[in-house]
Amino acid sequence: MSLYLFLTLAILTIISALAVVFSKNPMYSVLWLIVCFFTIAGHYVLLNAQFLAIVHLIVYAGAIMVLFLFVVMLLNLNADTEPHKSNLSKIASAIAAGLFFVVLIASIRATALGEFNLPNKTNIGFVEEVGKKLFTDFLLPFEISSVLFLSAMIGSVLLAKKEKK
Amino acid sequence: MENTLQAVPQNWYLVLSTLLFCIGIMGVLFRRNAIIILMCIELMLNSVNLLLVSFSAYSGNSDGQVFVFFIMVVAAAEVAVGLALMMSIYRNAASTDINVLNKLKW
Repeated sequence: MSLYLFLTLAILTIISALAVVFSKNPMYSVLWLIVCFFTIAGHYVLLNAQFLAIVHLIVYAGAIMVLFLFVVMLLNLNADTEPHKSNLSKIASAIAAGLFFVVLIASIRATALGEFNLPNKTNIGFVEEVGKKLFTDFLLPFEISSVLFLSAMIGSVLLAKKEKK
Repeated sequence: MENTLQAVPQNWYLVLSTLLFCIGIMGVLFRRNAIIILMCIELMLNSVNLLLVSFSAYSGNSDGQVFVFFIMVVAAAEVAVGLALMMSIYRNAASTDINVLNKLKW
């Protein structure tokens, strides 16, 4: 049952990721990317990372993709304004990515991955476990990331502001 | 429903996230619209997140999930700054085509 669930989600993920790359209209690309993020959240639920799945939906589908949609609409991008590369460089990019995939798969096959003893506890993704880790072992990075957010906020406001002539 | 960790071998997650990463690379090389290139970078970040979560689940240790947390933080900050840059570029060049921005090209 969960094998079929995994296969369905994986195929949906791949198809929507390909649709992001190949759709002519940037608006459709954004919408396909949202579908892709939803399927990745499904994978997280299958992997016992329930809290992370919810956070992923809130942050990516809720915040980042809305930002993308907003910018695409604000700049009024559509299929007519979309710049196109020559066919040669398109084929070259597909071949380059395919070769990189082959190299990565070959290196994965050559690596001796240790066999995991499958864990019998399934609560590693709950808020309690992740929160304990976040506020004890990873407290310093957690606090520093707030500074990162503050600087990103100030930076983006400064960058997007109209310059005075 | 039986456990996913028993039904699905971990190698499949490795292959899935490798494939997603390569689709992201292909998107960066394939498209000329800078906003779509940013979106493909998000796709690559997400494939790495998926890999970290799968390793964390199969080893029964939630450290990997905390790493994914920090990757999400960095991705959100990156997108905010990147889109602000895109807005000011569009204001100056009236386009998001990356071939307009070739002044620094050797």
